[in-house]
Amino acid sequence: MAMKIGEKPFKERVSDGIGDLFMRGAVSSAQGRFRSGRLNAAEELGNWEDWRKLGEEIRTHTIENLDYYLELLSENVTKRGGHVFFAETAEEANEYITNVVKKNNGKKVVKSKSMVTEEINMNEALENAGCEVIESDLGEWILQVDDHDPPSHIVTPALHKNKEQIRDVFRDKLGYDKTEKPEELALFAREKLREEFLQADIGITGCNFAIAESGTISLVTNEGNARMVTTIPKTQITVMGMERIVPTWEEMEVLVSLLTRAAVGQKLTSYITALTGPKQVGEVDGPEEFHLVIVDNGRSKILGTAFQSILHCIRCAACINVCPVYRHVGGHSYGSIYPGPVGAVLTPLLGGYDEYKELPYASTLCAACTEACPVKIPLHEHLLRHRQGIVEKEGKAPVFENISMKAFSMGTASPSMYNIGSRLAPKALGAFVKDDKISDGPGPLKNWTEIRDFPAPKKDRFRDLYKKRKKERGE
Amino acid sequence: MMAAGQVYNRNSFLDNLAKNLGRERRHQVERPEWDHNPQWGVLKGATQDELVEVLKKQCLLIHTDVHETVSSELPALITHLIKEYGGKSVVTWDDPRFEEFGLSGLPKELNEEEIAVRVWDQEGGEENLAFSATADIGITFSDATLAESGTVVLFSDKGKGRAVSLLPVIYFAIIPKSTIVPRMTQVAKHIHNKVENGELVPSCVNFISGPSNSADIEMNLIVGVHGPVRATYIIVDDK
Repeated sequence: MAMKIGEKPFKERVSDGIGDLFMRGAVSSAQGRFRSGRLNAAEELGNWEDWRKLGEEIRTHTIENLDYYLELLSENVTKRGGHVFFAETAEEANEYITNVVKKNNGKKVVKSKSMVTEEINMNEALENAGCEVIESDLGEWILQVDDHDPPSHIVTPALHKNKEQIRDVFRDKLGYDKTEKPEELALFAREKLREEFLQADIGITGCNFAIAESGTISLVTNEGNARMVTTIPKTQITVMGMERIVPTWEEMEVLVSLLTRAAVGQKLTSYITALTGPKQVGEVDGPEEFHLVIVDNGRSKILGTAFQSILHCIRCAACINVCPVYRHVGGHSYGSIYPGPVGAVLTPLLGGYDEYKELPYASTLCAACTEACPVKIPLHEHLLRHRQGIVEKEGKAPVFENISMKAFSMGTASPSMYNIGSRLAPKALGAFVKDDKISDGPGPLKNWTEIRDFPAPKKDRFRDLYKKRKKERGE
Repeated sequence: MMAAGQVYNRNSFLDNLAKNLGRERRHQVERPEWDHNPQWGVLKGATQDELVEVLKKQCLLIHTDVHETVSSELPALITHLIKEYGGKSVVTWDDPRFEEFGLSGLPKELNEEEIAVRVWDQEGGEENLAFSATADIGITFSDATLAESGTVVLFSDKGKGRAVSLLPVIYFAIIPKSTIVPRMTQVAKHIHNKVENGELVPSCVNFISGPSNSADIEMNLIVGVHGPVRATYIIVDDK
C-alpha cells in the first residue's frame, strides 16, 4: 500500500464514510477517549504550554539543522557497526531493503508499526521478491489478515472495525473459533504471532526518534511487538522518515513525554526501546546486523517553504482526535494513509495538488488541531495556505467554490451591490422556500442543501430594522 | 570493538537538504540552551520516600502489582511470589546484584521445589531464548526507576539479555530503592553525560512501564499482548 488508499474520487469516499454508521460511532467515541486522556495528562503537568513551547523549540532547531544532525547520526550508527542508506526516493529505499533481505537469505520478515514503510509501499516490494511479510502490531495485523484493508488512523489503524467484524475476519481467514471478546481476540493474535516472531529471519521497524549524538533509534510502543522484532531476528532494518530525529537523549526524552501524553494520555507507553547498532560482542539476543534507511521521498521539497513546520510533526494524532471533519467522514475519506488535519496538510505536499486538492477543504478551519498539537504546528494556517496556493497558483479550487466565491465577491464588492443582493434574495429564492427552510436549493446552494437545510432569507434585513429603530428613537 | 559500518548516498542527499534550506552544508552546530525547561520541575525536591509513594500510585494505573521489602527478606518474598503465581520455570539475568542481595541460593532452593531456573548464560546462545520463550516468569533488577511513570529502565549487557523481561508470561522487576528518580529526564541526562564522556551506550535500553497492552480493538484496553501479561515490581530498601 502506498500513501494513496483506494481509487474512488473524494466525494464518493466521503459519502461512504458518512454512510458507515458503525465507523462514525467508533470514531466519535474514540475521539472522546483520546481527547480526555490528553487533557487529563496535560492538566496533571500543570504547565503544558511550557512543554509545548519546548517541543516547538526543539523541533524548529532540529529541522533547521537537519543536514548536520543526519550526518552526525549516520557517523554514530556506523561507529557502532550499523549501516546507513540515504534514500531519496521510495524506489531506492525498497531496492536497498530488498537487497539486504536477499543477501541474508531472508524468507520471513516480521514488522512493527511504521507509517513510512506504508508510504513507500515496502511490503509489496518485499513480497514481489518472494518474502513473506508479517505485520505484528495488533491493529496492523488485523488489517493485513483482512486482505490489506487500509488503515484509518495513524495510532490505532483498525479504528473503523468493531470487535464482531474482527472476530469474523479471524474466523474466515484463520479458523478462529472463540468469541468477540477483545481479550480472546488478542490472545489468539499473541499465540499466532509468537510462532512468527520465533521463526523470522528479518525484523523491520519504523523509528519514532533517532538520537544523533549516539546513533540510537527509539521506538514507542505498548504491545511489545517492536521489542520482539528487534530481539529475535538476526537482521534488523529500521526505516525512518528523514525528519524523525533529535540532537541528544535529552530531547528524545522531552518529545517522548509529549508524544505519549498527546497521543493516548499515557505518561509513558509500556515500552520505550532505545537501540544502538547491532548487539555487542558477548551479547546473546538482539540482531547481528543493523541497517538504517533514511527516507526523503518528497520531504526535502518542503524544506525552506512556508510549510516547513509540518516536518515538526511527531505523529501523535492529537489533531486527528479533535477534528470535527474526521469525526464525521473517518480516516478512509482522506484517500491517504495520513488522514485528519496533519494528512490534509502533508498529503498534498508529498503527493501533489493534482491528486489531493480537495483535502485542504476537508476542514472547518476551527483551529482545534492547532490548539491540540504538542509541538505547536499552525495546522489550520497551513490548510488556509494550501487553499490560497490551490486558488492563486494552480487555479484548481473545486468548481463549486469557484462559482460561489465569484458570486459572493461580486455581491459583496460594494455596499450598493450588497444592498441590492440582500434585498433581492427573498424574492429570488422564494420559490424554493418551504417552512422557512430551503431543502433543495438552486445553483451554488445545491451542494449545501444536498446535505442540510439552508435558512430562508428574511424579509426584514438588519440594515432596514436598524434604520427604522433609529427613526423611532428620533436619532 | 566491531568493524565500522558502511554509509551510502550521504553527500548528495544532505547537499540537497542544505540547498533547499537556502544555505551551505553545516558541519558544526551548537545545541542551544532551550528557553523552556519544565521537565526539571516535575517532582523537584521530592524525598526518596515520597518518590516511592508516587511510584506505587502510578502502578495502580498501569496494572502492575507492587511489593515492598527489606534486603534480608527479599529471597523469601521472591520464592513466595513465584509459588503464588504458580511459576514452574524461571529465567533471571546473570547480574552481580543477585548475589549482593542474597539471592545466589535461589536457583538451588527453587530446584528443590521442582521449579526450573535458568540464569542467562552468555555462552549458552539460543538455548537462552528457547528457555525464555516458554518460561513462566522472568526476573531482572532495575538499573534506574522512574517514579512519575512507574518505569523500570534496563541496560542490556552480556549477562543481561533482552528476552528475560519480554518472552515469559510474567515479569518481576527488583527495584533497589536507591535507583528511583523523579522521571525520564534524570536518566536521559545520565546517558547524555556518558555519551559526552565518550562511553558506549548499551545496545538496548528499555524503559518498561508495566505489562504489555493494546487498545487496538475498539479502544478497549487489553492487558497482555506480545510481551508479559503480568508485571510485578518488588521495591527493596537497600540503604
